[in-house]
Amino acid sequence: MTHNSITTRRRLIKGGLAVAASIATPAILRAQGRRDLSILTWAGHADPDVIGAFEETHNVRIRAKEYVGGDQMLAQMAQSPAGTYDLILSDAEYVVQLQQAGFIEPLAPEDYPFDDFFPEFQNFRGHWFDGQPYAVFLRFGFLGLSHNRTAMSEAEARSYRTMWEPRHQGRIGHFDWHLPNLGTLSLLNGNPSPFDLDEAHWADLTGTMMSLRPQVRGFYDYGGMLSALRSGEVSAIPGIGDWITGVLARDGADVTTTIPEEGGLQWTESLSIGARSGNQDLARSFIQYMLSPEGQVKTATLKAYPAMIPTRAGWAKLNDELPGEARRQNMALNGPNALDEIRAGRIRLRELPVQQSLEIWNDAWTRYKNA
Amino acid sequence: MNSPALPARTSGRRLPFLFRRTWPALWILPMPVWLLLFFAVPLGLLVAISFWSVVNYRLTPDATLAAWRHVLGLDFLWASFWRSYGLSMASAVVISLLAFPASYAMAFVAAPRQRLILLGLAIAPFFTSYLVRIYSWQVFLTEGGVISSIVQAFGGKGDSLLNTYFALFLGHATLALPVVLILQTIALANVDRTGISAAANLGARPRAILFRVILPAARPGLTLGLLFAFLLSYAEFVSASYLGGGAFQTLPILVTDLVRAGQQWPRAAVVSLLMIASLLVTAFVTVLWAYREKG
Repeated sequence: MTHNSITTRRRLIKGGLAVAASIATPAILRAQGRRDLSILTWAGHADPDVIGAFEETHNVRIRAKEYVGGDQMLAQMAQSPAGTYDLILSDAEYVVQLQQAGFIEPLAPEDYPFDDFFPEFQNFRGHWFDGQPYAVFLRFGFLGLSHNRTAMSEAEARSYRTMWEPRHQGRIGHFDWHLPNLGTLSLLNGNPSPFDLDEAHWADLTGTMMSLRPQVRGFYDYGGMLSALRSGEVSAIPGIGDWITGVLARDGADVTTTIPEEGGLQWTESLSIGARSGNQDLARSFIQYMLSPEGQVKTATLKAYPAMIPTRAGWAKLNDELPGEARRQNMALNGPNALDEIRAGRIRLRELPVQQSLEIWNDAWTRYKNA
Repeated sequence: MNSPALPARTSGRRLPFLFRRTWPALWILPMPVWLLLFFAVPLGLLVAISFWSVVNYRLTPDATLAAWRHVLGLDFLWASFWRSYGLSMASAVVISLLAFPASYAMAFVAAPRQRLILLGLAIAPFFTSYLVRIYSWQVFLTEGGVISSIVQAFGGKGDSLLNTYFALFLGHATLALPVVLILQTIALANVDRTGISAAANLGARPRAILFRVILPAARPGLTLGLLFAFLLSYAEFVSASYLGGGAFQTLPILVTDLVRAGQQWPRAAVVSLLMIASLLVTAFVTVLWAYREKG
């Protein structure tokens, strides 16, 4: 009796397992074929609208690890074993540090549509070492003076100097990062290379910054800037751009970014392949996808923060499909556009400090905040 | 063989006796483990890290005083320290004063059953995320927000209240008020009623009863409430950064800035240790005062 019941149970289990296996097999096979691609990136880039098509085509799941700021990105790389990240989306000025630390792989130039880039963006500074690219320029934007139109007109915003006016006292906001803030104030001081300053000019710059402190309302992160600019809590924020005001304008807020007479900065985001990545083929396909006209339009209209794009084909597709957005983002093919600003010499690249260490700039910013 | 105070009379009673001896030991045992896990080890690690260095954004074990030298050499350190300390102490005092009438009502006016319901309502905000509560304050305080719209409707200017001490205080109160309410209510409810009756029977006025009977008797609990309000406000980061904003740079903001800027964990550890030291001194002094014998 006992023996009989055991065999029955065994039979039952065996049969059950067989049934379960046959039901689950297709799902398991699908899942087995799917690969994971990890990317270390600023927030918002792993939006399904952007990467969904790629995931579908290549049966891959993209796992994004988001960071805030280049320092955190470098720390993340330094603390993770090689090969943890297949792809790295970084600010262009940090590519040199990534390359020197051996965190990224050299790329084959023929894999990417560099010929389709506008000439300004080919051989981009800090991306090529010994004739080999280590990063591919993906998107860019300008930084100037972003302002709420009801509090500050475009005419007023023609100089950074306007932030010191008594009527903006307690009405100037800051993005809580030293580099773009010090960079724009350095432009105001008339430094032709805003990040390459000797001791005297550096001292002048910190002096200029400190004199702005009484005007300051607060130091904000991404979300804080959106709400402060929209509500009119602050009149203006220096050193940011359409990556904030574009998001607000899309929702109908009366805000814009003006590049003052003293000039503006350019931020740039680039894609690299992580050193000893186990998925280099997929990573390469991903960069190719993002550089295709389709990917370029998607990244130009990224929900988290829009950007301009470096490829001619991308511009053409954007002008074709979203002419309004192309005009708003200053990427109109016929007529004046962002490239004219670059060619007129009004735009400087955002860079890491040349003569001081990053730490000195960091400390100056902390001192400014605590003043 | 056994303690002479409690001799085992028969062998049959030995087992319960042993059980009686081990029972308290079982309860005491976790304490040193918890203390070690949640206090001594983290604190030891913090002290150790403060002597480490950061090489290429990587925290590296070391024995250097660099972080201590850097932080103690910051010219704005003590200004930020006293700003942090003063603001939180001010918040703690105001929160305690605000909470007192409500606690008094719950302890002496409400019936025990009502008291439970009222206390439950006071704790209810804890069921939502603190971050969400702070963000919702922004809706009220911002320019064109709820409060400024009401002020404008009555002909006022209706400026934004964000980045003011008032906003920072609201954040502190959101965090600490429920805790203070509970501590104060328990302290007041436990005041011996016979003392109060005696004072009343002997003709003491309500004012005198409050100041000479109730407050001295409830002093330890009330002081503990104040201390907790201070502890919570002092270490508070979220409302300092989202409501107080740039106007009030506090030490918790400095800690995050130091970590963000170049992963300076050792320097952040030094600031944290300063905060812990000042907290311990404050707590020690306050508790001594709360439990001191009447002189």
